[in-house]
Amino acid sequence: MTDHRPPTEPSASPAIRLRGVTRHFGEVRAVDGVDLDILDGEFFTMLGPSGSGKTTCLRLIAGFEVPDRGTIELFGQDVSRLPPYERPVNTVFQDYALFPHMRVAENVGYGLMIRKVPRAERERRAQEMLDLVRLPGLGQRKPSELSGGQRQRVALARALILRPRVLLLDEPLGALDLKLRQEMQIELKALQQRLGITFVYVTHDQEEALTMSDRIAIFNGGRIEQIGTPSELYEAPATPFVAGFVGVSNVLGPVWARRIAGTAQPITVRPEKIQMLPADSPPPGPDQCFVDGRVRDVIYLGMYTRFLVELDEQTDLTVVQQNLQTTSMDVRAARGRPVRLVWDRIHNRMLASVDGRDGEAQ
Amino acid sequence: MTADDPRSALAQRATKPGTLRRLSTFLYRRPRLVLLLLLGIPMLWMVAVYLGSLSTLVLQSFFWLDSFTGQVVRTLTLANYAQLFGPANRDIFVRTILMAAAVTLACAGLAYPLAYYMARYASNRVKGLLYLAVLLPLWSSYLVRVYAWRLILAKEGIVSWMFSALNLDGLLDAVLSLPVIGGPSLSVSFLGMWLVFVYVWLPYMVLPIEASLERVSGSVLEASADLGARPGDTFRHVTFPLALPGVVAGSIFTFSLTLGDFVVPYSLGNSSFFIGQAVLSFQGTAWNIPLAAAFTVVPMVVMGIYLLGARKMGAFEAL
Repeated sequence: MTDHRPPTEPSASPAIRLRGVTRHFGEVRAVDGVDLDILDGEFFTMLGPSGSGKTTCLRLIAGFEVPDRGTIELFGQDVSRLPPYERPVNTVFQDYALFPHMRVAENVGYGLMIRKVPRAERERRAQEMLDLVRLPGLGQRKPSELSGGQRQRVALARALILRPRVLLLDEPLGALDLKLRQEMQIELKALQQRLGITFVYVTHDQEEALTMSDRIAIFNGGRIEQIGTPSELYEAPATPFVAGFVGVSNVLGPVWARRIAGTAQPITVRPEKIQMLPADSPPPGPDQCFVDGRVRDVIYLGMYTRFLVELDEQTDLTVVQQNLQTTSMDVRAARGRPVRLVWDRIHNRMLASVDGRDGEAQ
Repeated sequence: MTADDPRSALAQRATKPGTLRRLSTFLYRRPRLVLLLLLGIPMLWMVAVYLGSLSTLVLQSFFWLDSFTGQVVRTLTLANYAQLFGPANRDIFVRTILMAAAVTLACAGLAYPLAYYMARYASNRVKGLLYLAVLLPLWSSYLVRVYAWRLILAKEGIVSWMFSALNLDGLLDAVLSLPVIGGPSLSVSFLGMWLVFVYVWLPYMVLPIEASLERVSGSVLEASADLGARPGDTFRHVTFPLALPGVVAGSIFTFSLTLGDFVVPYSLGNSSFFIGQAVLSFQGTAWNIPLAAAFTVVPMVVMGIYLLGARKMGAFEAL
């Protein structure tokens, strides 16, 4: 297998371009006017809650659905109406969709068999792919004899053997346990960088998205709320929904924002940026802002602790602290304590005006 | 303590369980006993009545009929089986087996599209209606249906009438003059017999195929398309192999039912006997029970081999 040099920068022309793509199912607008450019060689994730349209979008790119409006282009060619077997993309399905009546090697070689590649070469390449996904000896097994993680890798090998320019993955790690999932995330990312092909990944797990992606599109209600790199989305969320979906958010509505930061627009600040000090601490300098509250609840998570600090009846701020010195006993004793929350002003992010589809009600 | 004090009720139940409750606990802990009780009577029937009579039958086939005295002589002999391989009898077997094969193929061909539609396209409501439509004929008398078809196919029947109404008399005559399968009219021909067989056994083919097809998950078909297979390729490499166990399961029914049938060949046939008619004539008319028994053993052996093959193809999981 030739080693493709991973691109230092994705090339300029988009691999996939969606313009104004809409798809209804009866009354429901599963995908509502989506515009998207996915660059060649990048690891692009579509992230969002269930029903946000991300899987439908993936199926539109793959060709299992036809858009009601809008166009889908692959490498400059309009493929909106082409059936899936005529598109240069391959898919890894959520339930793996392995052919139960064929052995693993036959499953992996299926695409080549359809293209009438001679048997010897087919078997050689299938073996190559199985080595690539680290399942070397399992060619003669049936899918029913494999574990979930193994099936997932066979599905991956089957999709990659055709050397597609784009690989679509529909929540492929959903059925795996946590440790295996984390392992596979690293493997998939390494594979993508090694092969240099474009990955389009769908998930609802924001941690997974942050781990693997070059860029992420946040879906909500059939629309995209923001597209950016993981750090852009985390540190500069554009809307309350994005702030709440990616990481834990603290959204301060107009009233509190004015009181604390002197702005009229709602702001968000990440919980790990807030310092929790005793209530009688001296007020901080001009570069910082502060607010007083009381610890309403404490959640001990081993490596760190999450504090819910009450500012008033409807407003909480979440503060996260690593348990560097403290133990679980100390941490629990903090419940009910009055505290002063202090953080640097530069960590305040302005949010676009609150509309009806927030993650947080303020 | 009052009667409706919950604690006392619970205490009461704990100290003095009723007999029924004790029995159910006893049985709960002994699943094998439950199995024995549940299967006891059916197994008794199976062994005594079914297997017993079947073995009597096979045993009879090794006896022989003394044509002078008209009595069955209970000494073991292979004379009956020797007679089976005579030319007249060989024809009967070949005829019946070929008919069974033809019926099976036709049933499979008709049942598959219907089952495919039911499994993959029909809404739940339509599917229910189709199930009903397929099974409804089985609620009426088998004999009545066969006779109804005899009337439909007769020279004076509705099929004839339709052909002449469309000025296609010539076509009908040409078909009826085909060697072997033709005859004086559709209702006295192998062609007619084949049509009626296909009609009566079709439900038994539709149901297993539909069950198999329903088990094929949609994403597997999408995966095939995604990997470059056109619809024809997907059918050949994925859908059909996955439906095949269902087809084989259905064929067990159509093949065995045709092999042993008496009514349809009798109603729509002539003097060329099928196995069923042969058995009746030997047993009923000639009272040659040993020969009749030998005749019956042949389809049993044929079906035994068929079932072994069917099991290998996974048909038993599709039933």
